[in-house]
Amino acid sequence: MDLFEYQGKQYFARYGIPVSDGDIADTVDDAVEVAERIGYPVVIKAQVQVGGRGKAGGVKLAGDAEEARAHATSILGLDIKGHVVHRLWVEHASDIKREYYASFTLDRAAKAHLCMLSAKGGVDIEQVVEEDPESIALLHVNPIDGVNVKDLVLLVDEAGIDEEAREGVVEMLERLYRCYIDGDADLVEINPLILTPEGNVHALDAKVTLDDDAAFRHPEWSDFAYAQDGDAREALARSKGLNYIGLDGSVGIIANGAGLAMSTLDVVNQVGGTAANFLDCGGGANADVMANALEVINSDSRVRVILINIFGGIVRCDDVANGVLLAIKRVGLTTPIVIRLDGTNAPLAREILTPHLSERMMLEPTMIAAARRAAEIAGKGSK
Amino acid sequence: MSIFIDENTKVIVQGLTGSQGRFHGLRNRDYGTKVLAGVTPGKGGENVDGIPIYDTVAEAVAATGATASFVVVPPKAAGAAILQAAEAGIALIVCITEHIPAKDEALVYARLKREFPGTRLLGPNCPGLISPGKCNIGITAGEIALPGGPVGIVSRSGTLTYQALHELSQQGVGQTTCVGIGGDPVPGTNFIDVLSAFEADPETRAVIMIGEIGGSEEERAAEYIRDHMTKPVVAYIAGVTAPPGRKMGHAGAIVSGSHGTAQAKMDALRAAGVIVAINPTEAGEKMVEVVRALS
Repeated sequence: MDLFEYQGKQYFARYGIPVSDGDIADTVDDAVEVAERIGYPVVIKAQVQVGGRGKAGGVKLAGDAEEARAHATSILGLDIKGHVVHRLWVEHASDIKREYYASFTLDRAAKAHLCMLSAKGGVDIEQVVEEDPESIALLHVNPIDGVNVKDLVLLVDEAGIDEEAREGVVEMLERLYRCYIDGDADLVEINPLILTPEGNVHALDAKVTLDDDAAFRHPEWSDFAYAQDGDAREALARSKGLNYIGLDGSVGIIANGAGLAMSTLDVVNQVGGTAANFLDCGGGANADVMANALEVINSDSRVRVILINIFGGIVRCDDVANGVLLAIKRVGLTTPIVIRLDGTNAPLAREILTPHLSERMMLEPTMIAAARRAAEIAGKGSK
Repeated sequence: MSIFIDENTKVIVQGLTGSQGRFHGLRNRDYGTKVLAGVTPGKGGENVDGIPIYDTVAEAVAATGATASFVVVPPKAAGAAILQAAEAGIALIVCITEHIPAKDEALVYARLKREFPGTRLLGPNCPGLISPGKCNIGITAGEIALPGGPVGIVSRSGTLTYQALHELSQQGVGQTTCVGIGGDPVPGTNFIDVLSAFEADPETRAVIMIGEIGGSEEERAAEYIRDHMTKPVVAYIAGVTAPPGRKMGHAGAIVSGSHGTAQAKMDALRAAGVIVAINPTEAGEKMVEVVRALS
């Protein structure tokens, strides 16, 4: 789960990472009220989960109530790369002497945690990686040992952090590591991490991605429900616990297992179709899961045909077959369905489905044949 | 021959008393796997369809001489279960559990490496491994595999592993061992571990490798193949059409920027002399050609 900036800052604050005074606002009046409360100058920032907010006019400085009102009015409702701004974060503006970059994430190749620190903050870090990789200092952290001050002191030196900021940055990195580990984040990133003229170090932005698999030990994450912005189909899928990603094609896809689902997308594409979604119904593809999956796909008006591609391992194909039949009744589905089933209990599943086969429900023997049939039906519908 | 397991491998199942553990543990036994004991804390003395249950892995190992464990427990308990197996001297731990927090996984990996370097962990979040006709540990449907070799299979994706087995078996081409390494960010066993074992196994004469978007393991495998493999390799990478920045189900499957794309992986593999197929069916067909050319 990706957090909005303001949620990331709230999360940082839990771990003692200094952030600017601020509050959220969903209306222009609220924004002005927050600005008055925390004192000018303030920065008004669009809360969207997409990079390049500043360039798109989503971050503005206001010196008084009139400016705050004007900026809040212009930013609320703004469309930034397809993300519409519904919420603002209004914070006290900081004087900036220097801008740094700091993050922790998992380095999969090294199978260790990785801290990245750079004195070149405030710009797109991917760009820094491309253009000036030397300016980023790296520290691998063994999960057993954690970070220690000695290594952090060396890292800060290597990154070329200004003398007066070093102590503050080391302390910041220790806290950021605790936030990353104890907070079960996949990524914690501060860009920019700033040094103020008074010599204080604090987080001016916050990018936090939480590890959904660790939600069981973080009841406080339910506060972040607002984090889930974007696609309505994805919101519906999430509410049903499905692993779904919306795309813009016309073949709705249900497969079990992420690999097979990805592969199904690829094959549909290869035979001339376009996928409407990625949906991995996982290892528990019973009747309920199937009905939920079909309901989500049915909510997508672009879908002309549904392709169900199941290779039973942990999933039993007969459960899937019964699920499809039940789901069709429950959801009142009229979109044609092409089904391919192999693996655990597949012959039984085919037996269950055979009496129901029609122009609305087709069984194909292989993945490719099923993809071809689905693409063909989707193509006809478009004419 | 087969890699990692054979007809004599003695197996315990951690979590045999759970519904998943029971279903797959008994299915593994029905396949002919020597499933000798189960482990569930607090249920020692009970049995599951005649298989005795012990409270700890150490007790189960003492009673049976098992060297492999099939871990099928919930994500909260999986890390501790894996470490308990390692402490009891289990040499091969197969963990199918999905959704283990990444921090737990990284910590377990680091502890195994430091404290139990001789232990092999397969997974987590993997389908397990099968040596057709000999031993099946995990959730693969045994009937889709065909004994006798000569093909070894290694895959990051569960269902695509089955698909690969199925494609080959349909064409009458058997497998020596099929290993699912799992799609999580920190797999205990990686492509290179399995490729090197296949390279060393005289009965394996060709290898199918199935990768997916995300990470750089396929690129590393390509380097290994280029420098060390003499046997032909056919590869398929899933996720050519995956949009960047979105996790495609597996925690590990994500394209970030230009990194981890299917195209980059396919290019690296092709450059290493690997035959790259564009879908699982084509991978099967290409392997059939390779095998025919061998004999």
